[in-house]
Amino acid sequence: MSAIASPFPEAPPNWNLPYRGKVAMACLIIAESAIFTIFVVAYLFYVGKSLSGPTPREVLEVPIFYTICLLSSSLTMHFAAKSLARDRAGAFLGLWLFTIVLGGLFLFGTAQEWHRLIYEHGLTISTNLFGTTYYSLVGLHAFHVTAGLIMLLAVAIFAFAGRVRMQESHRVEVLAMYWHFVDAVWVVVFTVVYVLGR
Amino acid sequence: MSSNAITVPGVQIDEKPWVDILHEWVTTVDHKRLGILYIGYALLFLVVGGIEAIIIRIQLMYPHNDFVSPQVFNRMFTMHGTTMIFFVAMPILFGFANYLVPVMIGARDMAFPRLNAFSFWLSALGGFLLYFSLVGANGLYGAGNAPDVGWWAYAPLTAPAFSLGHSSDYWTLALLVSGFGSIGTAINIIATILCLRCPGMTLGRMPLLVWLNLVMSGMVLITITPLSAAQIMLLVDRYLGGHFFDAQAGGSAVLWMHFFWIFGHPEVYVLIIPCFAFMSEIIPVFSRKPIFGYPVMVAATICIGFVSMSVWAHHMFTVGMNSYANSFFAITTMAVGVPTGIKIFNWIGTMWGGRIQFKTPMLFSIAFLFQFLIAGLTGIMLGCVPFDWQLSLSYFVVAHFHYVIVGGILFALFGAFYYWYPKFTGRMLSETLGKWHFWLFLIGFHMTFDLMHIPGLLGMPRRIYTYEPGRGWDTLNLLITIGAFIQTIAVLVFVANLLISYFKGDKAGNDPWDAWTLEWSISSPPPAYNFASIPVVTSRRPLWDMKHPEDPDSRYE
Ligand SMILES: [Cu+2]
Repeated sequence: MSAIASPFPEAPPNWNLPYRGKVAMACLIIAESAIFTIFVVAYLFYVGKSLSGPTPREVLEVPIFYTICLLSSSLTMHFAAKSLARDRAGAFLGLWLFTIVLGGLFLFGTAQEWHRLIYEHGLTISTNLFGTTYYSLVGLHAFHVTAGLIMLLAVAIFAFAGRVRMQESHRVEVLAMYWHFVDAVWVVVFTVVYVLGR
Repeated sequence: MSSNAITVPGVQIDEKPWVDILHEWVTTVDHKRLGILYIGYALLFLVVGGIEAIIIRIQLMYPHNDFVSPQVFNRMFTMHGTTMIFFVAMPILFGFANYLVPVMIGARDMAFPRLNAFSFWLSALGGFLLYFSLVGANGLYGAGNAPDVGWWAYAPLTAPAFSLGHSSDYWTLALLVSGFGSIGTAINIIATILCLRCPGMTLGRMPLLVWLNLVMSGMVLITITPLSAAQIMLLVDRYLGGHFFDAQAGGSAVLWMHFFWIFGHPEVYVLIIPCFAFMSEIIPVFSRKPIFGYPVMVAATICIGFVSMSVWAHHMFTVGMNSYANSFFAITTMAVGVPTGIKIFNWIGTMWGGRIQFKTPMLFSIAFLFQFLIAGLTGIMLGCVPFDWQLSLSYFVVAHFHYVIVGGILFALFGAFYYWYPKFTGRMLSETLGKWHFWLFLIGFHMTFDLMHIPGLLGMPRRIYTYEPGRGWDTLNLLITIGAFIQTIAVLVFVANLLISYFKGDKAGNDPWDAWTLEWSISSPPPAYNFASIPVVTSRRPLWDMKHPEDPDSRYE
């Protein structure tokens, strides 16, 4: 190897590559989008093809309040991340907890809707095609909200322990990307289930 | 660079008790060890899948043979297909990507080493689940059975009423779990390539292997996930009483076919693009010329990535789609041949006028070029709708895709083994045994798969466990089986070569092939940290620049 031991040239100045966390989260979002696309396609394909009731028009109510909760949680999340980047730890923690509350409210809304559908209308995942596709699609989304909330809670615990500082704001932004994605998916699910599917 | 000054003596490892060695391998997060784990795991399954193929071929050797029962035959072709795609081809290619991508871009590890280990063990769990069905599928009393629904598991074969017991569940879970592993690895490879390149390694200077693995990983993100989604739906159907694929309740069996092939066709490209990557590294080195048309190669690969997403329904011409859909998928299928043709043109352009060295890796590469071309041509034939109506579900299709997978992917993989084994182990593979391996495998391959087209044209359907004598299939099937045995002998020669050369092979040194990419600048096998000092590159061939400071590539790029 000594024959080829001539040194490498000088490093170029300004050699900056993107942050691996953001790249990985972007990739995960692409992968998740493909999963949701398949479920959305299945939902739309089976709209109106159930052989028995109940139908979406009979039983679905548009969850406007809980939708506003989830969408505004994206805003609070955005400002929370910004506060952290500006080293305002108090504002960060406040907005962060508010985000968790809004996300929790949304999940509560889903739980309430499911309870009503199951106990009042007798619609379960095995009742008809509508039940199968509805619970799968909305459930898949609710699963992602739940996973997001668990991660948000973990960050909140670390923040209470004083471990989330300005230096970590780029990591918090990775989580914010995920949360915005989950919100964006809800816009699609909402349109498909409560607007087109009814 | 002075990485050669620091070497890790491999002798030290041998002095540890075996429990410690095992513990090190099980808990490792080193991309090189995980790469070797992937490859070793895949080779293990290659043997299993190979035995299943041999059982299939023995059964079909004579008409009215009763070597295995029809039920066992169904299980064999299901397990053979599933094993070879998900637990041989995918992990072995991920193994090479894991090992090579960081060392080719001058990085010390992958972007997420622990995610890397997690992904490997998920894939390993998937393979275990699939084979656990042999004992657990009917419950845990040791009288199970294997999945028997074919590797594409069309509905309603998988419906609870038709697939009793748990064999289909193990099949579903195995693919779901290993799919999550694949997605994790793909994310890791992309993050590594985009975020960990050494200074000077711009996107336009990355080795083609790295570029192609980037495209492959991007494709994994959007092709494996539809399969995962479909598997989740199947689980909902089987466990929660859902109706996604239940025609009795208005569900659609054709929807499963679409979802499966939205995964299934791009999957072929997920497997073949890393093989293109091997070719793009091996052919230039053994032609002693830089790759011809680097930017075009990258563009063609990205083009394949996009076009191959829109061809899936050519697997479904016989389902009865309308003529617009048929025309669309026929046209896109032919269109994907254009960028692939560009690639073959560029490899030949690289060899043209070069001083070609016919070492074993190059032999496999040249065979790859011819065989992949023929596989592509029969693919175009099957892309013609009327032709496909005639020959779909015949042995012609089986011959076509084995030409892709064995004649293309497996030959490229053997080439890659002979090329990079010295880097992995520090020993050269024997050239003599390598030539035996190559020629035996070449003869066996052509005997089996060239001839297999003919019974297909004569009307022999795939997936039949036996057939009537006197239809003109008898002699051909016997010869096909003999070819399969010749391939088996060749693979045994290969395994012997791997083992013997590990202990007795010539010392490889850092750079046995006089190659140009960064992995050859460090010792063989590389130390745990890869590079003592992170390299800086100024061209696509950093080692050429080091060896020829008077005439570096950077002057011309
Ligand atoms: Cu295809």
